[in-house]
Amino acid sequence: MSYAKAQSKSTLWDWLTTVDHKKIGIMYLVAGAFFFALGGLEAILMRIQLMFPEFTFLPAQTFNELLTMHGTTMIFLAAMPLLFGLMNYIIPLQIGARDVAFPFLNSLGFWLFLFGGILLNISWFTGGAPDAGWTAYVPLSSESPGTGLDYYVLGLQVSGLGTLIGGINFLVTIINMRAPGMSMMRMPLFTWSSFVASMLILFAFPALTIGLLLLMLERVFGATFFAVDFGGNVIIWQHLFWIFGHPEVYILILPAFGIFSEVIPTFAKKRLFGYSAMVFATLIIGFLGFMVWAHHMFTVGMGPVANSIFAVATMAIAVPTGIKIFNWLLTLWGGRIRFTTANLFALAFIPSFVMGGVTGVMLATSAANYQFHDTYFVVAHFHYVIIGGVVLGLFCGAYYWWPRIFGYTLDEKLGKIFFWLFLIGFHLTFFVQHFLGLIGMPRRVASYLDGQGLNEMNFISTMGAFLMGIAFIIFVVSIFTSMKNKVNEADVWKDGRTLEWTIPVPTPEYNFAQTPLVRDVDPLWYEKYEGDGKMKAAEPLGDIHMPNGSILPFIMSFGLFVASFGFIYHDAGQTWLAIVGLLITFGAMFARSVKEDHGYHIPVDEIKKDLQKEGR
Amino acid sequence: MKYLWRLLPFTFIMLLAGCGKQNLSALDPQGPVAETQFSLIRLSLYIMIFVIVVVFAIYVFVLIKFRDKEDDTHMPKQVHGNKALEVIWTTIPIVLLLILAVPNVMETFTLADTEPTEESMTVRVHAHQFWWEFEYPDYDVVAGQDMYIPTNTKIVLELEASDVIHSFWVPALAGKQDNVPGIMNPMWIEAPNEGVYMGKCTELCGPAHWLMDFKVIAVDPDTFETWAANMVEGPEDVTETGNEIAVEGREIFEASCIACHAVAGEGGNPQGGPALTNFGERTVIAGYLPWDDDDVNLEAWIRDPGPLKPGNAMPAVADLPYGDLNDEEMEALIAYLKTLKVLE
Repeated sequence: MSYAKAQSKSTLWDWLTTVDHKKIGIMYLVAGAFFFALGGLEAILMRIQLMFPEFTFLPAQTFNELLTMHGTTMIFLAAMPLLFGLMNYIIPLQIGARDVAFPFLNSLGFWLFLFGGILLNISWFTGGAPDAGWTAYVPLSSESPGTGLDYYVLGLQVSGLGTLIGGINFLVTIINMRAPGMSMMRMPLFTWSSFVASMLILFAFPALTIGLLLLMLERVFGATFFAVDFGGNVIIWQHLFWIFGHPEVYILILPAFGIFSEVIPTFAKKRLFGYSAMVFATLIIGFLGFMVWAHHMFTVGMGPVANSIFAVATMAIAVPTGIKIFNWLLTLWGGRIRFTTANLFALAFIPSFVMGGVTGVMLATSAANYQFHDTYFVVAHFHYVIIGGVVLGLFCGAYYWWPRIFGYTLDEKLGKIFFWLFLIGFHLTFFVQHFLGLIGMPRRVASYLDGQGLNEMNFISTMGAFLMGIAFIIFVVSIFTSMKNKVNEADVWKDGRTLEWTIPVPTPEYNFAQTPLVRDVDPLWYEKYEGDGKMKAAEPLGDIHMPNGSILPFIMSFGLFVASFGFIYHDAGQTWLAIVGLLITFGAMFARSVKEDHGYHIPVDEIKKDLQKEGR
Repeated sequence: MKYLWRLLPFTFIMLLAGCGKQNLSALDPQGPVAETQFSLIRLSLYIMIFVIVVVFAIYVFVLIKFRDKEDDTHMPKQVHGNKALEVIWTTIPIVLLLILAVPNVMETFTLADTEPTEESMTVRVHAHQFWWEFEYPDYDVVAGQDMYIPTNTKIVLELEASDVIHSFWVPALAGKQDNVPGIMNPMWIEAPNEGVYMGKCTELCGPAHWLMDFKVIAVDPDTFETWAANMVEGPEDVTETGNEIAVEGREIFEASCIACHAVAGEGGNPQGGPALTNFGERTVIAGYLPWDDDDVNLEAWIRDPGPLKPGNAMPAVADLPYGDLNDEEMEALIAYLKTLKVLE
C-alpha cells in the first residue's frame, strides 16, 4: 500500500482501474451485498402479497416481475458475486500467490458482471421487468410483450460473460500459481471446491450463452427456434437452460462447502477429517452435476426411460454429499468446538442442509415428483439448500474472513443475535412451505383463493420472512458499529491453519513479501506445531513485479452495456447504439492488444521498510 | 415401546393429511395414481426421516460432548480420517437409495402406461391462457372448465396447449404433466369415488396463472353417459320452455358472445373461448368466482373480465357487437346463461 505510484491518483480512479485481486474481491462483495439486499426486498414484497388470501397489495403482473427478478438477482447478481468476492480475495492468499493469473481479465470479469446487473435492473424503469420466471421458459418468455425479457437476455449475457471469464481465471490461477510445496492434494478445501466450481462454470455457462443467444435472436431478430408454428420446439430451451442451470446450483454450493471445510476445522481445533474423501466427493458432485439436469423436467413428457435414468442419477448425488456431511461431523468429533458466530453459521448449516438434501432425494423420485413439481414443496426444497447451504456459507465466510479483508472483526454479540434471528426466520419461512406444496399450492402464484386451507401457513411463512429481513438489518448495522474492533495480528482466530492467516493485516498489496514454502496440508498449523511458527520462505527478498492498473476493462464493459440498448431497442430503430457500443468495446480491446504494458516493480527497499514496520 | 416408535411416522402422516382440503391435497389421495405417488412419498419420507434422525443424533452428541470448556487446554488429536468409516457411510446410503430407486423406476413405468384400452376413455385437454378445454373424441363433446368423468374408468388424458406451457394438476387424483405447445403429452387418471376434485395450472403462464383453476367431476357411469349425450344435443331450447326473458338473453348472446363461445345446438366457435353448453352447471364462474344469489360476480365478469383475470382474452361486453347492456339486458343474458344445463 505504501508504493508512491498508487497514492498519486484519486481513490475513485484507483478503484475503477484496479487489477488487484483484493480490491476486485471487495468490489464483488459490495456489489453482491447490494443486489442481495435488493433481492431480499423483492422477496419481502412477495411475502407481503402472500400474507393473506386474495390480497391486493401487488398486481399479478408486478408479482410475476418480482418473482422473476428475485430469482435472477439472487442467483446471478448476489450469491455468485458474493462467492466470487471471497474466492477472489482468499484463493490467491490460500495458495501463496501475489495475484490471480490474469489480473486484467479479473477486472474485466467484475465490470461485465456489474454492468450486466445494472442493465437487468434498469428494466424496472423502462416499462416493466422480465416476468417469465428466472427460468424464462419459452414461449412465455419469447412472446412476452414489452422489453423486460430483452433486458433479461442481454443483462444475463453480459454478466454471464464476466462469470465465464472469472471462472477461467480461477482455474488457471489454481493450476499455475500455487506456492512451492503446495501440491493439489495439499490445497485448502475452499480452494479445491472453488476449483471444481470454476470447472463447472467453464462447461455450464456456454450452454446458457447459447440459450440466451437463441432467445435474443428470436425476440430481437424474429428467429423461430422456439416458434411451434414454424416447426420450432419449446423444450430445447428447457434443456439448454438446465444443462446450465443444474451445474449452476453446484457452482453455488461447492464454494460454500469449501467455506465450511475451512471454518469447522479452525474452530474445532482439528484437522479436516477425511481430506482426500472430501476432495473426491467434491469432484464426484461436480461430475454428477452435469448428469442430472433433466430432473427439472420430469413432467414435460420425456418418457419413463429418461425419467428413470435421471431419477437414479440424481439420487446418486446424495452419496458424495452424505460423505461430506459425515466427514464434517467427524471433524467436530473429539475437537474443542468454539461457538464463534462464524462457526455457528457452519454448525447451523449441517442440519439445515440435510433437511434440504433429503427433500432433494424425495424430488428425485420421479413418480412422486409429479406431485411435488412446481409446487411450494420445490420452493421449500431449493431455499433450504440455497439459504441453508449457500447463504449460511456466505455469512459464515463473511464472519470468518472479515478481519482478513476489512481489518476489523464483526461484533460477536450482534452477530449472535443476527444469527439466531436469521436462522429462526429462515426455518419459519420455509419449513411450512413443504406442506403448502403438498396440500395443493403451486409455486409462482400471485395469490391464492380463500377457503383452500392455505391461509395459516402462508401467514406464518411471511412472519418468518420479516424476521429474516430484521436479522439482515442487524447484520448491516453491525458492519458499521464494529469498525472500532481493529485487528493487527495475522492469525486473528488463533487457530488459523492456512496461508491467508500468515500475512499482516491489512494485507500488503503484494500479499507475500516472500513466497512461502508449503510443507503440509494446513501449512500454518504445521509450522506452528512442527516448526517454529513462522512460514519458511521459498525465495529470497527481492523486487516484486506487479501489474499496472487499467481503465480498459471498465470501458470494454461499458461498450457492451451501451450495445445492449441497441439490441433491446432494435425494433424502435436504435440499432446505431449497438454499433457505437461494439465499437467502444472492440476499440478498447484493440488498444489493449497494441499497447505494451510490462507492469512495474515494487523495489526491495519498500518491502524491507514494510517488514520493519510490522516488526518482522 | 418399540411398537410406538414404529407408529410415529404414521402419526406424522396422519397429521399432514389432517391439514389441507380433501379434494385438493396430495396427502389424501382419491385415486390409484395419486395413491401410488403417495405411497412413494411415504416411502421416501420414512427413509429420509431415518437419515435425519441418524445425522441429528450424531450432531447433537458431538455439539454437547466436544464443546470447548474453559479449563480445557488439551490439544485435540489431529485425525487424518478413517477408511472403514468412509466405506460405511458410502455403502449405507447406496442401499437406502436402492430401496427407493427400485420401486420408483417400477412406478414411473406404471404411470407411463397410457395406451388406450377397450375399457378406457380418452379426453383431450387443451390448455389456454387462462382456461381449460376438455374434448371427448369418443362422444364428440367439448366442455370448458369442468371435466366430467365416469367413476372407476381409466381416463387417458392427452395434454396439449394452444399458447404457452401450462401444467395439468389434480393433486387428489394424480400428479401433474405439462401441456406443451406442439407436443401431446399423455397421462392417466382414475377416480373410484364420485366427487369434485380441484385442479390447478402449475406452470407459470402469465398474470392470471394463479386463477387458472378447473375441476374434475367424477360421476357414476350412467350419469356420465346422460351428460355426454345431452352435451351433444345441447340444453333445452328456451323458446320451447317459454322462458321469455331467457329468449331475450339468447338474442344478445347470439349477437355478441357466440363469436367466441359455443353452445351445442346453437353453434359458435369452440376454439375461441370455453364452450358454454353446460354453463349453468359450472361449479364456479371463470374458474374461480363463486355463484351468488344476485349474480353479482357473473355480471361483473361479463361487464369487464379484465381486472378479474388479468391478461385474459375476453373483451368487456361494451366492446362487443351488441354494445353495452343496460340492467334489463344484463338480467336477460344472465337468465339465458343460467338455463344452459344438461343434467336436469
